[in-house]
Amino acid sequence: MKRAAELSPRLDDALARWEGGTSRRDFLKTSGLFVLGFSSVGFSSVGFSSAGSGGGRGIGVAGLGPNGSGDPGETNSYPDPDYLQLDSWLVVHEDGSATFYVGKTDGGQGTGTAMRQMMCDELDLAYDRATLVMGRTDMTVDQGGSGGSDAIERDALPARRVAAEARRVLLELASERFDVPADELTVSEGVVSVAADPARAATYGDLIGGRRFDVALTGRNVNETTGLAPIKSVQELRVVGRSLPRYDIPAKVDGSLEWAVDVQLPGMVHARNVRPPFAGARLASVDESSVRDIPGFIRVVREGNYVAVVCEREEQAIRAAESLALEWEKSETAPFPSSEDLFEYMRGATPVGAGTGTSPRPRAEGDPDAALASAATVVEAGYDIPFQGHTAIGPAHAVADPSDGQMTVYTNDMKPYSHRTGIAEFLGMPPARVRVIWMEGPQLYGRTAADDAGFEAAYLARELGRPVRVQWMRHEETAWDTKGPAFAIDLRGGLDDAGNVVALDYRARIANYAHVGYNQADTVLIAQLMGIRPEQPSPGGGRGPDEMYHIPNRREETRAVRFPLAFETPLRTGNLRDPNGPQTTFAGESFIDEMAAAANADPVEFRLRLLRGTTEDDATFRRARSIAVVEAAAEAFGWDPRPSPRAPGSGRILTGRGISYAYRVQTAVATIAEVEVDRESGRVWVRRMVCAHDCGLVINPDGLENTIQGNLLHGISRTLYEEVQFDGERVTSVDWRTHPTITHRDAPEQIDVVIVNGDPNPDRPDLPHYGAGEPSHRTVPAAIANAIYDATGVRMRRIPLRPERVLEELAAAGA
Amino acid sequence: MSEVTLRVNGERHSLDVEPSTPLLYVLRNDLGLRGPRFGCGLGQCGTCTVLMDGRAIRSCMRPVSRAEGEITTLEGLSAAGELDPVQQAWIDEQVPQCGYCQNGQILTAKALLDRNPDPSDEEIRQGMNGALCRCMTYYRVQSAVKRASEAIANGGGGADPNGAGGVNGAGAAAGEVDR
Repeated sequence: MKRAAELSPRLDDALARWEGGTSRRDFLKTSGLFVLGFSSVGFSSVGFSSAGSGGGRGIGVAGLGPNGSGDPGETNSYPDPDYLQLDSWLVVHEDGSATFYVGKTDGGQGTGTAMRQMMCDELDLAYDRATLVMGRTDMTVDQGGSGGSDAIERDALPARRVAAEARRVLLELASERFDVPADELTVSEGVVSVAADPARAATYGDLIGGRRFDVALTGRNVNETTGLAPIKSVQELRVVGRSLPRYDIPAKVDGSLEWAVDVQLPGMVHARNVRPPFAGARLASVDESSVRDIPGFIRVVREGNYVAVVCEREEQAIRAAESLALEWEKSETAPFPSSEDLFEYMRGATPVGAGTGTSPRPRAEGDPDAALASAATVVEAGYDIPFQGHTAIGPAHAVADPSDGQMTVYTNDMKPYSHRTGIAEFLGMPPARVRVIWMEGPQLYGRTAADDAGFEAAYLARELGRPVRVQWMRHEETAWDTKGPAFAIDLRGGLDDAGNVVALDYRARIANYAHVGYNQADTVLIAQLMGIRPEQPSPGGGRGPDEMYHIPNRREETRAVRFPLAFETPLRTGNLRDPNGPQTTFAGESFIDEMAAAANADPVEFRLRLLRGTTEDDATFRRARSIAVVEAAAEAFGWDPRPSPRAPGSGRILTGRGISYAYRVQTAVATIAEVEVDRESGRVWVRRMVCAHDCGLVINPDGLENTIQGNLLHGISRTLYEEVQFDGERVTSVDWRTHPTITHRDAPEQIDVVIVNGDPNPDRPDLPHYGAGEPSHRTVPAAIANAIYDATGVRMRRIPLRPERVLEELAAAGA
Repeated sequence: MSEVTLRVNGERHSLDVEPSTPLLYVLRNDLGLRGPRFGCGLGQCGTCTVLMDGRAIRSCMRPVSRAEGEITTLEGLSAAGELDPVQQAWIDEQVPQCGYCQNGQILTAKALLDRNPDPSDEEIRQGMNGALCRCMTYYRVQSAVKRASEAIANGGGGADPNGAGGVNGAGAAAGEVDR
């Protein structure tokens, strides 16, 4: 059991405030924030237990509440915080500091720091006088957790409005206290004073510290939540726009942070899964006697094809999982083609489902067939992008506590709210009896296996009647985590005599028939292995590239293809950072370069011409901002206008530069890569990158830069190294050798991030804040391929570009 | 089970565990340390790194019975209450994203700088290469290694009181990061 002093600063701060003095649960209970009474199970575990309640509860006292209170109705239910109550979002303490509660999670991009900056700004409180709690379903309103790079773009707005409303109410209180109209008061860093007589002043703590606002908000959904106060204009913001240090970093650097992976509960046991050795295999028998003698062995849990072993200690569970004797029956049908045959298979398969692109562009414009037939030059090319994994650095994990008829899951799952409802549905429990506590963990770039591990921990905890910690092994994480879908994309383009693009025909096949959503009780891996099925497999589908090029005749088609095995497959797909963006932009922006080369045009100038082809339909300035980022990237790089490829070099190392541009939602990005190609070893090194980025109002410039750097390097990794490989019966990528990732040696020597921020529209009054967690990622593969073409004159159309493939392509081209 | 003696962060521990148990699980589950974390169990990623007599080793592969030297974990770097220059550089450069691997990054850098206080860029790349990061923070990690190297050369102990940086530190420009 941990002492309160050992808690991470964030949780410690957030919880201690409630446990001593004014308790959060009493506070919220009397405030009517919950439909039902607030649970006093609250903080009685994971080291929370000693924070004030005098010790945790032991396991094996089912039926009793925490500390033996014997009141299950009150103690094991977790009603939802009401987003229409100001007190659910924000509390001012007696010392004038504040705690904010937001229903988001932070994967390391500084979301929490940015939201705290924004809320401090609206509240007029110094940044270091506030803390922020994220992603606890019993404590923070449901904002869905993370996803879609929308925390800053969308979810920060209600948080800003609520903080602004709190400031308004505090001014009202001060107005009453000083008997002065509110507009004759000034506020600075949590102190309200009478403008004409500054000696008359009160801190926020004086005005409301430790008491509730009791102010109702309005809004049809959480995103619309608002009070009466307006948010500040961009010009009034003081905390936003500063590179304040991320609050989570010190505890990550000194080892004091408590992560989801660190949670230890009294009586907790350890589980490991045993996965089918072949995709689609059926479990014929389990010989429990093969592990019964392992010290600490407790139980083999089996349901359908799902198998786990549970032991007292972690290393015992690992050993038992490795030693368990099982008989599996292979499926008679091959579950999928091999990774070598993948793209041929995808191009030859009959697509399923409607599979429409969801790009805002109409699926067909003009008459592309006629335009191609009459074009002076027709360019054709096909691009292949393999399955790629999340392959988190820390394999999926969770701890579940089943005591007292409730279920608490400690997880780094980025969507704790759907994790909660999904687990409740899976276990047949009322959602109010399930609580999910998000804690820090390895990257959360989409639908990771954290979803699956939480369901497994909860299921095993219920089966065992004890808290269970489960963590996947490396081979499971790499082979069985959800994958970003493979694409096979064929393009045809037509140029007129002057080198203008007159037609573009884009046809994509996407292998995401086994797509799984977030925390679905019928598609999580444990459910599938148990034989639970949704009525229909996913219809598949995907979107095309997002660009603002004006091309008069174009068609875009994206359709899904299926493999024989749709369920229980390690090739299940799920959202992986910018789910379709890197794949489709690789094809789209490589092909634009191919057309520029056919037109003997400079790649930057060629793109600008396509962007400037029309001025219509630019209400959100997306086209103008696209032009701005392309120009800014070229300027920062020192782009020398000329067609690609450059004059061939004669040495061993060839150098070249390439550009790629895209937008995502409202964020526009242009990236230039400078590469070195070693023509003897085949190694490609991205020596320098320039990224011009416009995501509107920047909350924290240094945090944004770190996020973009991560996006770019992740993009390099996917372009040069990452590929999930499989033979006809199983995934053979099982570790860092068989699913390589970028390493220190491969990092660029120089990265220049250029924040464009709304140019060239200086008259815009308030540029909103858009998302940055993913947009720059999609530009990377084509920038690198275009740079390799510039260096070598050889076009790389299939990623990843590991040395052996580069050598093959160079040799085939005689370069 | 049998009795195993360990020296960790300056303290001696006697434990009753299977001698083949990887050091990682003893540090985490018996001693309650949070720095070293499971990443691969194969010695490929560095997430579980600890120092043994100053050398970076993979605690996921090391049987506890063969952890014979003085073990230092991430927590042990600042045991005296002052951050190691490497940790301070990590804060000043705002290196981590998710941070799960940063234990391995920091301790690999610590061992590297202890044997080579002034590494070239190439030596940093080579020396750090076994520490993987899936948020791909390598660019900032390498900057932080250089910053730590400079701090050590300047006789830097822990935090630079005039530096920008730490959340609680007074930054050069109103608490902002100065990178």
